[in-house]
Amino acid sequence: MLSISDLMVEVGGKPILKGINLDVAAGEVHAIMGPNGSGKSTLANVLVGREGYDVMRGSVTYGDHDLLALTPEERAREGVFLAFQYPVEIPGVTNVYLIKEAVNAQRKHRGESELDAIDFLKLVRQKLQLIEMKEEFLHRPVNYGFSGGEKKRNEIFQMAMIEPRLAILDETDSGLDIDALKVVASGVNALRQSDRSILLVTHYQRLLDYIEPDYVHVLSDGRFVKSGDKHLARELEEHGYGWLEEQADSGAGHSVA
Amino acid sequence: MTAQAVGDYLAAQQRLESKLPAPDLPWLVELRDGGVERLRDAGFPSLRDEDWRYTNVQSLLKKPFEMGPIGPCDVDAAFVARTAIPSLECYRVVVVNGIPIPHLSDVTLMPDGLRVSSLADLLVSDPSRLEPYLGKNLVPDPHGFTAMNSAFLGNGLVVEIAPGQVFDKPLEIVFVASAATESTMAQPRNLVVAGKGSRLQVLVRYVAIGAQRTLTNVVTEVIVDADAHLTLYQLQEESKNSFHIGGLFAKLGRGSRFDAFAITLAGGFVRNDLRVDLDGAGAEVNLRGLYLARGRQHIDNHTQIFHNEPSCISHEHYKGVLDDRARAVFHGRIVVQPDAQKTVSEQSNQNLLLSRDAEIDTKPQLEIYADDVKCAHGATVGQLDKDALFYLRSRGIAEEAAKRLLIKAFASDVLLAVSPDSLREHLLTRVEMMLTD
Repeated sequence: MLSISDLMVEVGGKPILKGINLDVAAGEVHAIMGPNGSGKSTLANVLVGREGYDVMRGSVTYGDHDLLALTPEERAREGVFLAFQYPVEIPGVTNVYLIKEAVNAQRKHRGESELDAIDFLKLVRQKLQLIEMKEEFLHRPVNYGFSGGEKKRNEIFQMAMIEPRLAILDETDSGLDIDALKVVASGVNALRQSDRSILLVTHYQRLLDYIEPDYVHVLSDGRFVKSGDKHLARELEEHGYGWLEEQADSGAGHSVA
Repeated sequence: MTAQAVGDYLAAQQRLESKLPAPDLPWLVELRDGGVERLRDAGFPSLRDEDWRYTNVQSLLKKPFEMGPIGPCDVDAAFVARTAIPSLECYRVVVVNGIPIPHLSDVTLMPDGLRVSSLADLLVSDPSRLEPYLGKNLVPDPHGFTAMNSAFLGNGLVVEIAPGQVFDKPLEIVFVASAATESTMAQPRNLVVAGKGSRLQVLVRYVAIGAQRTLTNVVTEVIVDADAHLTLYQLQEESKNSFHIGGLFAKLGRGSRFDAFAITLAGGFVRNDLRVDLDGAGAEVNLRGLYLARGRQHIDNHTQIFHNEPSCISHEHYKGVLDDRARAVFHGRIVVQPDAQKTVSEQSNQNLLLSRDAEIDTKPQLEIYADDVKCAHGATVGQLDKDALFYLRSRGIAEEAAKRLLIKAFASDVLLAVSPDSLREHLLTRVEMMLTD
């Protein structure tokens, strides 16, 4: 589904990702962990085509596509979805309008007809239940005046409506209390299926108690320094990131800034 | 060039004077002469005038305009139908080059308590109804253009709302600029008198037939008597070759309310002067403006609110979206006089610049001479929110569509207070159309 090869990325002339390799097969859930500044969010943003990230080397293949050659909207229509770390407030555009446009953009791209109002509403109600939100949530401006928890739930709600093939969750757990975290996690778990891949970007192991990953990768200073299964997250929790960085230092023979 | 233009127009006025309605009516002669004198003394404004620093009228003055034809007009029922607002129920009056056209208007269908007359007719048949009001709201004429309107004062529309009368259906007045010659000018003078406790919505639309060079130099005086509520929508939809100078001067009585919208969606050169005097305790004024400009359009909104009495409220919100080489000016002056204690005043001007060559000159100005007041004002100039744009694109919405969506979202909150629904929908559609082509 997704294959990242030797990806090097600079932001404002400063190298952030220094050679990333990652293969994600359909149906897999990969967690990407790492300390602040390790490049986690950069990786998430590069995959969805955000401006300001300069790819210096490497490639990203998504299905049959050279992902990096597509515009952000083309990536979205091909099924790539980012749940934002900081969802953007858009006064004047209602949630329901955005979601309808988003869903129909996908359908149109796949050559399907737009959902009629009744089918759309049915789907909306069903997905709202998933994240335990009331219907009035739909008619508020996108993220405008939402609490931190509501914003994150809204991301998961959009994801549930759009039904992406590759979902990237950027620090979706940050700023959530334990109840909200459980709601968000069960929303994500409900979306797990054999033809959908998920990348969980997170600083803390806490989220992985509720969403069990197939693989865990640890990012440090722009490189993956260790990969493993879900037990790696536990080890990190016990020893901290310092433990791995030391290992990386001695192994690679260079200093970590 | 200015002196030449002043001379040309004064000569034209002299030729026309004896043919204007009621040429011997003493108070009217005085009013016209006042305009002539003011135009002769002050001339037309230049960039040296503080109130015209950003608006250059030279292109308007370089070639004289002629007063539009008095004879048969080229505007027919089909044109009126074609330009009508879909499913808007209203009483309609059509004015072509400043002259009301009865056969295109619902003059005979007006309900009791709402009188709509041609100014020219009323000046001859019953001038005593006009004498207490006409010219009283602008003493002296603030600049050469209003002075010229007074000098040529002859026709336009008079709307009288009887005390206590409440109308649900709006009155629509369509001003058509129809170019009979290469440079046609219309100078309508309008008067709206809302009697005590009355209530009416008036929609004024300025449209052009064809795309020739035209000048509309219009002055509207508004009197809102005690406890009346008047809503005035002004919709600018002329052509890119049209010049529009509009003066709106309103006086508000005790406990009255005046809501005015200035919506500019077209017009090559537009200057709106709007002055509101809060002359009775507890009066309220709400001014809302929206201007969308592109190409080389120039839109200047110059507003003044005078809090002359205590416990009055003023809200003013203008928003603009400028693209290409368009230029806009906002000058919002609010004066709180010494007696105007307990004043509440709030003003904002927000602008979205879509191109590097677009320009906005914004000047909120608050002058407070009373001590117990609550006033706030501010102006912003910004570009489209890049994060919001990316957020929409990341959901599959194409870049251009996402931009349109954000611009519409920015602009449309000015229109939220518009009623009836059919009018609001029409305006939203117009905004969207502008963004699409």
